[in-house]
Formats: sequence, structure tokens, C-alpha cells
Amino acid sequence: MNDRQLLRYSRHILLDEIGIAGQQRLVDARALIIGAGGLGSPAALYLASAGVGRITLVDGDTVDLTNLQRQILHSEDRLGQTKVSSGQTALRGINPDVLVETVPHRVSDKPLAALVADADVVLDCSDNFATRHAVNRACVRHRKPLVSGAAIRFAGQLAVFDSRRGDGGPCYNCLFPETGEADEVRCAVMGVFAPLAGIIGTMQAAEALKLIAGAGEIIVGRLWLLDGLAMEWRSVRFGQDPQCAVCAPSAIK
Amino acid sequence: MLTILYFASVRERVGRAAEELALPAGVADVAGLLRHLGERGGAWEGLARIGNLRCAVNQQMVALDSPIADGDELAFFPPVTGG
Repeated sequence: MNDRQLLRYSRHILLDEIGIAGQQRLVDARALIIGAGGLGSPAALYLASAGVGRITLVDGDTVDLTNLQRQILHSEDRLGQTKVSSGQTALRGINPDVLVETVPHRVSDKPLAALVADADVVLDCSDNFATRHAVNRACVRHRKPLVSGAAIRFAGQLAVFDSRRGDGGPCYNCLFPETGEADEVRCAVMGVFAPLAGIIGTMQAAEALKLIAGAGEIIVGRLWLLDGLAMEWRSVRFGQDPQCAVCAPSAIK
Repeated sequence: MLTILYFASVRERVGRAAEELALPAGVADVAGLLRHLGERGGAWEGLARIGNLRCAVNQQMVALDSPIADGDELAFFPPVTGG
């Protein structure tokens, strides 16, 4: 880091749990953010402001007026732009040191594998189960930590999966197996409370930064449930499913 | 007594976040409790059919055939997407 970076990140460096070594890890790190919407917006803003060296934004949508109520990466003057391009503009404005790469389409398994293989941490900020399962498969295959968030109406969920661990930690599919029959409720029709996306997306940024910097504890095998109407959190523990179609030893080729 | 918590679309479906309930006679596991709740009719009937419905007993996720006992806290939650 140069003098300006040491100054810019000084309030992180002052934290013993991060320090110069942790901040250097952030500057050297590559984060992959799937979805540049309600969750991806705060997550990307915090990762960029905190100095994560390379951020890849993946999203196939364009900025729509109805997004602006909660998707704080975007703005009125960028309506109609791709979300990844709008996001790139926002992140560059905050921190020009960060290299922002853009993938302006929804990703399927094959391109996802290359993107995940190249990342140090993956943030799932997507809005559909097919993508969530594809991201999980790629993270298990390439042994990358995955910070998964979800928010709809007044309800949020957050979990961290880390298949780098040798102790058989669970994956997303252990928690919610891909059955094809889950009720898929989308923000587009169901609504979402604006700051709920901020709360969950910001927690994803926190866990991703901790993972990269090596700060504090990363709790795997635990799902946080937020009831935003009562503003109450519950967490539940879950283990690896020995029959998991994605991460059980028999499933990994 | 059982403490039962409902999250996300489950909460919206049944119209409440939590309730206390005396362990019903003849109910020994999570699936039995879901059947008992379904007898309330209306929105409760479809509870057991929510895709990928998950249950935690005393903050530990369990299978629906897991036993329950007086004093347990149960939480029902679905997978949530939306980003």
C-alpha cells in the first residue's frame, strides 16, 4: 500500500483484528458479487470503500425506476443502463483504486465456474433459487467461501458456507435442497422493505471482509433469520447432509 | 408448552410470528404437529405443503420426523430468495 492507501484505510488499520496485514489482504483480494440489486448494492459499496482490490459484478438486468427505492448502487441518471455498468460507475466514484469488472448477463454453470475459480470470496446476492444453487455448486467444486444473503418483504436470511474447511461443513444445498418446488417469491411482485436489503447486504459485506482479512470468527453451519417487523433475529444450526447431492463425498467427482 | 415461531412466507401465511401451545395429545414429532396445526383449517391447512419447509427444534435444524417434547422451541421457515 502507498501512503495514500495507508491513510485511506487507517480506520481499518487501527483495528487490531485487521491491522496492516489484514488490510493488505483486502487490497489483494478478489470478490465475486452475484447480483447488483438490493443486496449487492450495499455489499459492493462496502467492499469497494473498504478497499477490496478487485470486484466482479454479475447481473443481467438494467436499472429500472422501481429498483431505486432500495438498490443504492444506482441512481436516476443511470436509468436504463446495465446494473453492472451503473454499479461500476458508483464504485469507481467511491474508490478508483478498486478494479471493477462487469458481467452483464445472468450466469449459468459453465461461466460461473471460471468466475468462482478466480475469486477469493463469493457473495450470493441473487434473486432466484436456480442461480443460488448454481453458485453453491461452483463454490463447493472450487472450494471457495460463500456468503449467502436473501431478503423479501420484511424477512431476511444470512448464512456463510466454507468448503475450504476439511471438516465437512454444510453447503447451501444441505440447508435447502434443490427440489424445484420451493415457493419462489420475487421482489418484483412481493415487495421488499428498503433497509432490509441494506441490513442483509451489509452483513454479507461484513462477513466477506472478515473472511478475507482473517478477522474474528466466521460462523458456518448457522442460518440467521431476521423478522424485520419485530426486528428480531434467530439463528439455527444445521449440519452437513450426508446424502447431499452437491457436497457429500459421494457427490464430489 | 411449546413455543412455535413462524418466519418469512410461513409467518405471512398464518398471520402470526409466534405462539405458545400446549403439546397436543398424540403429537410426538414435527410432522405430527404440522398435521395438528393443519386441522385449524384455512391458511393452516397448506402449512405442511410449503415447498422445502424447514424446521428447527431448539435452534437446531431437524427432519420433519424428529421427536418433539414439552418445553421445546420450534421454528418453521422456508428458503428465502430475493436480492
